[in-house]
Amino acid sequence: MKARAEALPTQEMLINMGPQHPSTHGVLRVILRTDGEVVVNARPDVGYLHRALEKIGERVTYAQFMPFTDRLDYLASMNCNAAWAWAVEKLAGIEVPERAEYIRVIVCELNRISSHLIAFGSFTADMGAFTPFLYAIRERERINDLFEEICGNRLTYNYVRIGGVSADLPDRFLEKTKEFLDYFDPKIPEYNDLISYNKIFVHRLANVAVATPEDAVAYGLTGPNLRGSGVRFDLRRNEPYSVYPKIDFDICVGTGERGTVGDCFDRYMVRINEMRESVKILRQAIAQIPDGPVMAKVPRVFKPPVGEVYFRAENPRGETGIYLISDGTVNPYRLKIRAPSFVTMNIFEKITRGLMIADIVAVIGSFDIILPEIDR
Amino acid sequence: MEPKAIFEAVRATFGEAVSELQEEGFRPAFLVVSPEKVREIGRFLRDDPAMKFDSLMCLSGVDYPDRFAVVYHLHSLAIGHRIGVKAYLPRESPSLPSVDGVWPTANFHEREAFDLFGIVFEGSWDLRRILLPEDWEGHPLRKDYKYPEFYHGIKV
Repeated sequence: MKARAEALPTQEMLINMGPQHPSTHGVLRVILRTDGEVVVNARPDVGYLHRALEKIGERVTYAQFMPFTDRLDYLASMNCNAAWAWAVEKLAGIEVPERAEYIRVIVCELNRISSHLIAFGSFTADMGAFTPFLYAIRERERINDLFEEICGNRLTYNYVRIGGVSADLPDRFLEKTKEFLDYFDPKIPEYNDLISYNKIFVHRLANVAVATPEDAVAYGLTGPNLRGSGVRFDLRRNEPYSVYPKIDFDICVGTGERGTVGDCFDRYMVRINEMRESVKILRQAIAQIPDGPVMAKVPRVFKPPVGEVYFRAENPRGETGIYLISDGTVNPYRLKIRAPSFVTMNIFEKITRGLMIADIVAVIGSFDIILPEIDR
Repeated sequence: MEPKAIFEAVRATFGEAVSELQEEGFRPAFLVVSPEKVREIGRFLRDDPAMKFDSLMCLSGVDYPDRFAVVYHLHSLAIGHRIGVKAYLPRESPSLPSVDGVWPTANFHEREAFDLFGIVFEGSWDLRRILLPEDWEGHPLRKDYKYPEFYHGIKV
């Protein structure tokens, strides 16, 4: 038998996965070099959705760029809105009213939950379990309803403004959010019972595509992907901004509970646990929120002083960095958006070597990438 | 470490290759270095026990009015301090050594700067266009970029 196997010639094959493939979460193309079912090399090809947002940013004013940030990471528009506002405020030295900062934290954490729900739902759907996706969508629907009350939109919110937020919270909003939290909190153990510790699910994820802590830092993984590798680093805690210093929460890290630290299962589990932490943050923020104005005085023709600033915020997909150069006019001279998903794709080629083709789907899902943000 | 102290320490090792500390109006502050020394300085900043800049947060190209620049934002997870490094390049032939051997994450950022600014990173393991199609002409984020009228014979 052995002699015969040696005599059979094998050949490497080049396969395109995407740009139109349901598991790539958008228009991502992965060029696979395979030997049978084993991936020799997987090279991501990004850029299909490039809209030149950085170039657009140089031609619009600071306030006009806000709706474009909605289109960066459309599953976490509030976080992108707020990151832009915080960056510009840091550049111009604007003091934001405390109530506005609390509102931002509340909407950001709600959006983090809804984004992690989609990550959880679509990931399990990729792994062949469709039902959890429906559970996730059901919960997310309630968050979308809350956002619709705030700003009228369900996906691209454009709610945060430079200097505050566009409008105060509607009546009974905080009570409704509390009701949602009381409803949502018991759902998380339900997800774990439903799928997280399902034997087949664990088998598909444990020990797959391990990113060691050293690699995770060197390759610039951030957010849940970095913490999945066991690195205890969260910008909300380590480089605190807004009112996060006044709020108590834990940083969730991967522990390798079903395999190795930094495998797909750890990255998945960090997101599940972070939803619980977000609930904690929300409860405290709702208890602490003061009365007062929601907008600082920002001149109509807004010209920040000459300078350069780099601000980064902890978004659901990792660290969204904004590098802003102002030349003292109404338009940014240069703005660079450091998109977490874009940087995450860098490690893809390294950690997918030697996996099976079906595992590539698990890796893409576990990184929770989003294409409009990669391609900008 | 304070930017001033980092500047003094790097200057003690590399001398004139570190020309200036930009502090006023810059957050974080920038060390201005000569482009040909970027890789050595990067390795020093990563490996020196007092620096330990293990994480490259961001790498950007910039088109200043008279010259290009490549900007590195560094952060140390171990110590918790940050610093920026800036290398100015002439407009005619913008090129400098790649730092993807120091911080592997630099690769995608460098490809982006190459794609959108035409800055060449020598010794990079994989320098190709990343966001634009391979046959695209010009580098859109340059300030003197002319918008094309046609793409493959189709009016845009």
